Amino acid sequence: MTELFGALHGVNPALFLIAGGALTLALPWHHARKAVMLAAPLLGLAAWFATREPGVYAIIELGPLTLETFRYDALSRVWGLVFLLAAFLKAIYALHNHSRISDGAAMIYAGAAVGAVFAGDFLTLFVFWELTALFSAPLIFAAGTPESQRAGLRYLAIQVFSGVLLLGGAALWASQTGSWTFGDIGLDSPAGFILLIAFGIKAAFPLMHMWMQDAYPKASVVGAVVLSAFTTKLAIYALARGFAGTDILITIGAIMAAFPVLFIIVENDLRRTLAYALNNQLGFMVVGVGVGTPLGLNAAAANAFVGVFYMALMFMAIGAVMHRTGTARASELGGLFRSMPVTGVLTIIGALAMVGAPLFSGFVTKTLVLSAVSYHGDMLVYALLVFAAAGVMELSALKVPFFAFFGQDRGHRVKEAPLNMLVAMGLAAFLCVYLGTHWQALYGLLPFAMDYAPYTADNVIGQVQILLAGTFAFAVMVWLNLFPLRGERTILDADWLYRRAGDGIVRWTGAMGVLLAGASERGLGLVIGRWTRSLFNLFSPAGSLSRIFPSGLMAIWAGVLLAAVIIVAYFSPL
Amino acid sequence: MEPQFLPAAIAAHAPALLVMIPLILSAPAAMITSGRAAWLLAAIGVGSALVLAVEIFLATRAEGAVLSYAMGGWEPPLGIEFRIDALNAALLLLLGSTGFLAIVFAGPSVADEISRQKRSLFYSAFLICFAGLSGVASTGDAFNLFVFLEISSIATYAIIAMGWSRDRQALTASFNYLVMGTIGATFFVIGVGFIYMSTGTLNMADMGRAIADLGANRAVEVGFAFILVGIGLKAALFPLHQWLPNAYAYAPNFVTTFLATTATKIAFYVIIRFSYDVFSINSGLVTNAMLWVITPLAIAGMLVASTQALFQNNVRRLFAYSSVAQVGYMLLGLGMATSLGLSAGMLHLINHAMMKGALFMALGAFALSYGIRRIADFKGLGQVMPLTSAAFTIGALSLVGVPFTVGFISKFYLIQAALDAGWWWAVAAILVSSVIAVFYVYRILVAIWVSPPDEVRKASAKRVPLAIAIPLAILAGANLVFGVWAEPIVAMARAAADAAILAGVAS
Repeated sequence: MTELFGALHGVNPALFLIAGGALTLALPWHHARKAVMLAAPLLGLAAWFATREPGVYAIIELGPLTLETFRYDALSRVWGLVFLLAAFLKAIYALHNHSRISDGAAMIYAGAAVGAVFAGDFLTLFVFWELTALFSAPLIFAAGTPESQRAGLRYLAIQVFSGVLLLGGAALWASQTGSWTFGDIGLDSPAGFILLIAFGIKAAFPLMHMWMQDAYPKASVVGAVVLSAFTTKLAIYALARGFAGTDILITIGAIMAAFPVLFIIVENDLRRTLAYALNNQLGFMVVGVGVGTPLGLNAAAANAFVGVFYMALMFMAIGAVMHRTGTARASELGGLFRSMPVTGVLTIIGALAMVGAPLFSGFVTKTLVLSAVSYHGDMLVYALLVFAAAGVMELSALKVPFFAFFGQDRGHRVKEAPLNMLVAMGLAAFLCVYLGTHWQALYGLLPFAMDYAPYTADNVIGQVQILLAGTFAFAVMVWLNLFPLRGERTILDADWLYRRAGDGIVRWTGAMGVLLAGASERGLGLVIGRWTRSLFNLFSPAGSLSRIFPSGLMAIWAGVLLAAVIIVAYFSPL
Repeated sequence: MEPQFLPAAIAAHAPALLVMIPLILSAPAAMITSGRAAWLLAAIGVGSALVLAVEIFLATRAEGAVLSYAMGGWEPPLGIEFRIDALNAALLLLLGSTGFLAIVFAGPSVADEISRQKRSLFYSAFLICFAGLSGVASTGDAFNLFVFLEISSIATYAIIAMGWSRDRQALTASFNYLVMGTIGATFFVIGVGFIYMSTGTLNMADMGRAIADLGANRAVEVGFAFILVGIGLKAALFPLHQWLPNAYAYAPNFVTTFLATTATKIAFYVIIRFSYDVFSINSGLVTNAMLWVITPLAIAGMLVASTQALFQNNVRRLFAYSSVAQVGYMLLGLGMATSLGLSAGMLHLINHAMMKGALFMALGAFALSYGIRRIADFKGLGQVMPLTSAAFTIGALSLVGVPFTVGFISKFYLIQAALDAGWWWAVAAILVSSVIAVFYVYRILVAIWVSPPDEVRKASAKRVPLAIAIPLAILAGANLVFGVWAEPIVAMARAAADAAILAGVAS
């Protein structure tokens, strides 16, 4: 055992996940695939535990560039661990799933996220950043509906765009500083600004967030669960690494945490509701990063850590409901507690963790953020966050279990969720409770050592007040029937920016293209037309370059080349 | 030579036996009528060549080791010499191992594609071709090299033409190759004539010394030009590659697999031998030819042939164009005229044999099961033939240069060599060509994995025989194994490059 750990020291855990994912894509046997999916994260975890000393491993020299592919330090190890754990939970959750593509893609996606976290330089980060984009898209396509196809393409375009910005910003950064090392960036240079946008897209900053609400609810059951864990948390990591203590992040984070409130009230699709709740969680983390003190960064890390589990638990629960009933719409669900009691109880645990009820994991992390902000002394942000905690988090956390498991019975009489789903949800729920009660273990993992006791009287009382206020608000809204539950519709959020405007631009360009083609007949675009036509004529199978050549032509070529070599020889120094 | 693991009596004659065994076995193979027995003879011939190649490879491992074998006891430079150093030893090992994997694959593939009464003749011709290629790679005599080149070429024309039973175009493809190949061989022999005229020797090492002593001589320069163009044609140097796409596309699958992994490589070796050892890489003549002729053509080949591959519908033709582009990568390494560049070129030569071997063998398996060769027919193959498709995918990813495959390793070293030489534009060309490769590979992979299979096809799935599955798995596995554990191949390529440079300095 010790030898194994010795051998794994300094081995990037991402390798296991990516190799496992590739193997999963290749294996035709369901059981072998599942075994690989379970084994790969475990091996990754073993490698994580085996690498004890912080340091940079697996350095690749590429000419003048140095690629640090495995930077294991206080910050990256937290994210690495949570991603590996999440990958394992997801493998259990997906045991019943027969889709080879989504199994393998999910594994590689998780591996790429781990790899990105451990990347020590921008180029490695970029490679894994794009890999997360490429291999998460199949999870959305896997749903198999036309909407999911389109949403997946939109998602892919935005994610890849973020990667392109990352590469561009990194190149600019490297040309200014002469180093590709991914460290503190700050907003002092245009490169920093570009990189912030690149990270911000993935972190779903306000106005850049719509891909999440667009794509996650359209993903397959397993897909949404997998998606909820990695992409956005990876972005938070990148922000924590590059932009710790950047003041604007506090404002952005506070807005992120607060704005989803309206959408959560009016949204009918429960998975979409959860996506908004995820926005809110991310807001808390961004605020922590923006504060930038050791306490703030710890708060961001801790929130990311526990957030992965309770958000995953919520997505898993809704996924289980969808798996059984075929819908995630609040208007079509209700009264499921009788049919799926275990799932119901686990959902409630997840919800309690999410709202930050004492004894649950959300409590010990949310109080960290609030404390970090209050020490920082920004009372407006503090107030906004309290509102966000009470309003957004509560509403979504109460809404999901209420409309799915209680509320008006819509007559679904289904079986309990499959065993593997229950096991995965159970493990996640266990972590929610365990980390809430054994907070020392969680705090011990965090990047900075700190002496912080979450369970003080004012913290507990404050949090319970928030909880009660939120519950009151929820009760009033249910009583007044303020949750509009109507059937099919899409709430257009900032995504009109690209759905409407983008669509408009595409249409306009299309129309212009037609005009241009017409104009090309008359001479304006004649050159363009000619050029493309000649390109086709050259290269297509029937084209001149690919035609079956008369051998005489090649003899001529041989002569021409001979002449060329002789001319070169003639002018060469003797 | 010091015997390594074979008995001393055999080891002493290993260089000659390596060529003679396949050549002699071709006679009984032609005389018997049973295709199966002929296959066995071919397997024995190639297998023993592989064993001898391993022996020779081990014997030349030490730095600067050169095996010199005087044919028939006639001492060089008058007699014919087989002269093997780390450079040709690597080639012989590659030839033996890919040849052996290919001949295993040949069993079911040839039985499927070539009519019963032709099989033994086919294997006989294959053995001659194999012996000729081994001879080219071992001989140290320029005229003998020409003879072996013709031996292998004529046999190659014959086995390519055997694809006619599937597609009549194999006949035109073979005839075109015959005409063009003959032009190439003629150019080569004219070049050798020029040099012989000036130096009075045919032994290559001796020639090298004589040319160095001769100093400036126009006749020798013209000789070099003829040799470079003649062998460039055999190596599919763009734009002299036009024989290749059709020859690869219409030949029997086994022949394509064998030729793609060996034939152009041997010609590439001859270019290295002549430009480094017979002529000096430090002379203005060779450096300028590398910089002004080989490098631009290599880059043009990488870009144009990749683009042509993008527009192909026939998968084998697509990969044939891709092969032309890959030859461009190798020649680019050579064109840098640095030790790093040459070893990167050699590395790509070895790695390319692995990836194209896997790809063409997988195509052979598809052809055997469904008789398909168009991209449009590949829909859903991932579901009906998952393992073969996976091996194909590994080869394809390797071709693109995805990390953890050998393709990545060779591109990595090639880029490193280009950076070292300060050739930024060459790096750009490599990247652009790789991006085009992504697109043409993507087209096929999407058809295989994403598009749903036809209903008819699901029913008629035929199992892939083990004789195909095992060599295919070995090649696909090698793509991954040596993609991670790259040292042995890199060391082999480096030793080969060093040997070429060392031999040039010594003469």
